[in-house]
Amino acid sequence: MASRLIETYMREERLPHIWCAGCGHGILMRDVALAIDDLKLDKKDVVIVSGIGCSSRAAGYMNFDTLHTTHGRAIAFATGIKMAKPHLKIVVITGDGDATAIGGNHLIHAARRNIDMTVVVFNNNIYGMTGGQFSPTTPTGDFATTAPYGSIDPDFDIPRLAEAAGATYTARGTAYHVPQTVKLIENAIAHEGFSLVECVSVCPTYYGRKNKKGDAVEMLKWQRDNAVPVSKARSMSAEELKGKIVYGELSRCERPEYTKEYDKIIAAAGGAKA
Amino acid sequence: MTQVMQEAKTARKHRRALLQGNEAVVEGALAAGMRFFAGYPITPSTEIAEGCALKLPRVGGKFIQMEDELASMAAVIGASVAGVKSMTATSGPGFSLKQENIGFAALAEIPCVVVDVQRSGPSTGLPTSPSQGDYMQARWGTHGDHPVIAVSPWSVQEAYSETIRCFNLAEEYRVPVILLMDEIVGHMREGIELFEPEEIKLFDRLTKADPEQASMPYDIVPREQVPRITPFGEGVFYNITGLIHDNWGFPTNSPVKANRQCTRIMKKVENNLGDIEKYESYRLDDAQVCVVSFGGTARSARAAVDAARLDEFRVGMFRPVTVWPFPEEALAKICDQVEHIVVAELNYGQMKLEVERVAAGRCEVHHIGKVNGTILKPGEIYKKIREVAR
Repeated sequence: MASRLIETYMREERLPHIWCAGCGHGILMRDVALAIDDLKLDKKDVVIVSGIGCSSRAAGYMNFDTLHTTHGRAIAFATGIKMAKPHLKIVVITGDGDATAIGGNHLIHAARRNIDMTVVVFNNNIYGMTGGQFSPTTPTGDFATTAPYGSIDPDFDIPRLAEAAGATYTARGTAYHVPQTVKLIENAIAHEGFSLVECVSVCPTYYGRKNKKGDAVEMLKWQRDNAVPVSKARSMSAEELKGKIVYGELSRCERPEYTKEYDKIIAAAGGAKA
Repeated sequence: MTQVMQEAKTARKHRRALLQGNEAVVEGALAAGMRFFAGYPITPSTEIAEGCALKLPRVGGKFIQMEDELASMAAVIGASVAGVKSMTATSGPGFSLKQENIGFAALAEIPCVVVDVQRSGPSTGLPTSPSQGDYMQARWGTHGDHPVIAVSPWSVQEAYSETIRCFNLAEEYRVPVILLMDEIVGHMREGIELFEPEEIKLFDRLTKADPEQASMPYDIVPREQVPRITPFGEGVFYNITGLIHDNWGFPTNSPVKANRQCTRIMKKVENNLGDIEKYESYRLDDAQVCVVSFGGTARSARAAVDAARLDEFRVGMFRPVTVWPFPEEALAKICDQVEHIVVAELNYGQMKLEVERVAAGRCEVHHIGKVNGTILKPGEIYKKIREVAR
């Protein structure tokens, strides 16, 4: 029998999902549902928007109004929804390639506007749907089908990118650290403004296999042993942090939110009564 | 529905305004109920974005300048999914960039209006000289077989009224509708009459009242051809995707369902040509030569026809206003009547291909076009008429 969480937030008839055995995305999708549940949001007021790729299939399994868009454009579609109906809580589920390669422009500009939405990046360090090509978050030197000699591309730190662009809440969780990640997503959704949570996933099928990282269990154990809470990371040197995942709330500040600012324009233009 | 104005065009006094074509588009869109615009600056369409930035907040609507053309198209679809009539405007290079998401709107059946004020291409081309080189792009710009409606006004008055009709068509058929302007009409100033709100017939997209029914957004109500999709935020909890989908909006690989969906979205336009098509015939009664022209170029064509008539050439003009779907049946009748057709358009010969297809050898099809950034002048078209009529 399905749990209450599944009954309430998942489209049971759409399950099982298409993700490979051992994929971390299922855990992360559950984290998103748990965060929404903890916040006791009215499902009617939540919209899930996704792009293209493994991560973005999550939208189809979640029982909300869900919009599965084109590659890289989820945040731009979400911007239109938020502008049209600002009371809606928008959660964008995207991947490392979707959000930071083909969709990088939308990510930084939505962050700059500080438009209220939560972007959850399922980062599996690879293009999974197309069979294992390197992404902007594949660590330099790692292998992929399009990096047969090892990648020479430096990798993005997604939360830092978002913070620099203007995001007012950034955090990182992992597939292993479930309660912590749920809390981070929860805080991000509750935060008014543009928030981003990078969720480091595991892809044993492509990234793991290409880089001899072992099976799903081994990859999750690696996360357990190599993730450092942000509080501890502050007292560690750059050398010590090499190859580690720093998780937790990374930045938070207050700035005027975009749709609220637009309401002021409407008021100034005399359209508030219309 | 095709006619925007209510019955009986009485001698009512209308508000008059001296407007540029681009400004008239803004007025038309506001009159049609557009309340969201997302755009990116590009000449010669920018006045539309500027007008929306100024006027939308006055009516409680919203304008956003997005980071690029792809994002503007995406935001327009997003707002429309939430139930708000939405529009974007661009020119050739931007129109190319919007194409992927135009395909999304076509498949997911999200109403929206895309204005393309054509300029000379290809690529950055001749900014920003007039052109009608996006005629084929308007039809086949996005990948895959998809429905599209494109409308090309030839005056500022028509830019205004056809914008309203574009919204009505988008809402009724749930397709992206392209308002295929050209720089001539976009930047030309003319005195026009603005309609009173009570005169304007508006069509608002249909939704399903029953929540059970609404959860199957792509299920077609008996005797209808277009799905009634309830906007996001109403508690229906359904899925919209750019993947081929079933009646619930979920991805499917079933050849039967894929065929059903891909066929239906084409048929909903094909089966309603009478409502969607719009064209004008001018002095064709006894004509032996017919000039086919659209948009700004048709103004030169009409002047050429008038001049040729004075010189006793039996010539008339056929002007598609809805340029896609192409008004095939109406032109076919003309092909049976005339000996020559001259297609006058500001490109290397794009609508000509459609005309040749329809004529199918019944009359001779000639072409006069230009790709140098200047307009076709009446004298040039007149010369061509004289040449073929001889």
